[in-house]
Amino acid sequence: MSTLEQMYQQVILDHAKHPVGRGLVDVPSADHGHLTGESHQVNPTCGDEVTLRVDVTPEGAVAGVSWEGQGCSISQASVSVMTSLVEGAPLAEVARLDGLFHDLMSSRGKGLDDDDAEDALGDATAFTGVSQYPARIKCALLGWAALKDSLARSGALATN
Amino acid sequence: MTTTATVRPGDPALEVEPAGTGTLSTTELTAVRADFPLLERTVRGGQPLVYLDSAATSQKPQVVLDTEVDFYEQRNAAVHRGAHQLAEEATEAYEQARAAVAAFVGADEGEIVWQPGATAAINVVAYAFSNASLGRGGEAAARFRLAPGDEIVVTEAEHHANLVPWQELCARTGAVLRWIPVADDGRLDLADLDAIVTDRTKVLAFAHVSNVTGAVAPVATLVAAARRVGALTVLDACQSVPNMPVDFHELGVDFAAFSGHKMLGPTGVGALYGRRELLEAMPPTVTGGSMVEVVTMESTTYAPPPQRFEAGTQMVAQAVGMGCAAQYLGELGMAGVARHEAELAAEMLKIAEIPGVRVIGPLDTANRLAVVSFVVDGVHAHDVGQVLDDKGIAVRVGHHCAQPLHRRFGIAATARASASVYTTVEEVVAFREALAGVRAFFGAE
Repeated sequence: MSTLEQMYQQVILDHAKHPVGRGLVDVPSADHGHLTGESHQVNPTCGDEVTLRVDVTPEGAVAGVSWEGQGCSISQASVSVMTSLVEGAPLAEVARLDGLFHDLMSSRGKGLDDDDAEDALGDATAFTGVSQYPARIKCALLGWAALKDSLARSGALATN
Repeated sequence: MTTTATVRPGDPALEVEPAGTGTLSTTELTAVRADFPLLERTVRGGQPLVYLDSAATSQKPQVVLDTEVDFYEQRNAAVHRGAHQLAEEATEAYEQARAAVAAFVGADEGEIVWQPGATAAINVVAYAFSNASLGRGGEAAARFRLAPGDEIVVTEAEHHANLVPWQELCARTGAVLRWIPVADDGRLDLADLDAIVTDRTKVLAFAHVSNVTGAVAPVATLVAAARRVGALTVLDACQSVPNMPVDFHELGVDFAAFSGHKMLGPTGVGALYGRRELLEAMPPTVTGGSMVEVVTMESTTYAPPPQRFEAGTQMVAQAVGMGCAAQYLGELGMAGVARHEAELAAEMLKIAEIPGVRVIGPLDTANRLAVVSFVVDGVHAHDVGQVLDDKGIAVRVGHHCAQPLHRRFGIAATARASASVYTTVEEVVAFREALAGVRAFFGAE
């Protein structure tokens, strides 16, 4: 597999074409003890952007993620994969996945060399190839930044 | 000046036909390319480099690199001060470079001010207006004063460097920013020019050549419109000076800015052109050493231009390098360079025939340069750039510091191919062939 094919794995191309969670949804459950937050993130160098909304249960788990965005296949597929990954996850698990994904993006194409970590990241390990291209790492991290910021804005991080 | 591996005037291999359709022959182009060491390197697994990003920054001929090294090895000293031999030689090199650049762009020596780049050069003019509006420069600077109700006109096609400084100037002075719109073909829409450039207009700032569409602005029409109402013109000449013959006196603009690194020169240096009488009337912006006459604890009088606008120790080696680049291009002959690049533009524009590829900018080769921005249906510009890069082809992706222009066309990003004197038709063909495979790679339908 060429480095280009390592970067654009089929799972990434599929998520870019058929994204999960795309289309912002209102969160009517907000008044049942849920917390919601929204974040808009822009990558000023290439114009990629994402607006992401998160819904957190009173127990401190991600009830739902929805988003709108436009940008390259890496940025859009990464938000999509992340959405599938974190839905239903407790906030502590979301924080762990965020840390693991950042580690993966710093691995310069080597991956995490940790089966448990790669199992936890699931489809997100497909972005290993992206970490060989310094200019594209920020594309893959855009959605994760939006998730972290929207969680902070929801107030869920302070209470849990 | 060092002449290793350079072009010499009169070299028969490099003679460009004086008129007609003559362009660089294969032999001439081979000789030019041999002057650029970086073009010999390979990228992405040993593939030859196809560098189509010269509008962002050009590569440098060996003679420019050697000239900078030679300055540091032989002549390095502070300019315009010191009584020793090195100071004399450094000053001479610095001023000879200014003369070379002035001659290259149709200006007098005293009309070229060294700046760290074109962005800085435009900001000098904007801040001079600002300072004059605060009363600095006295009566001599009256024509630089702005007040609420005055207007500054730009175009929708501007690089942020020729837009944001004017927005900021408006915010500081209460002047209002207006703009000439862009038509669907990427050229300026002058239908309402007389309603946009009016008696209230004090500045008309526009790009000679758009760094996105490649369109050449109708300078004569715009200069005439500005003159009718007594407005000053500021030309962003970053894309024109490296790629076509430019004569500021002939164009009749009041100010112009251009950078060294896009015209085969070093980074960190550019130039501001200003008509002598205007530079003489203009208050300084950056102040400090080297730009003064008499300094007391109470007040200071300022040196005449260009020194008035060159505060502090200057980037002498880069300036000398930029002078060398101007000489290199001048000896090559800009008419021939322009003809060569017109051929490349025609080759580049053939991408419009590839299914799913749309060019943002004029499709005809008249009054446009070899700067071609495009979108590929179903594939983001960043992904386009990545696939081309995998084949060793370097293009720019993004908004190219022209967000309003991209917004005008309802897009966030484009990919852009651009040429310089060393670019070959074969490279453009390789680019077209690679581009033709992009949609298939992403399964775009």
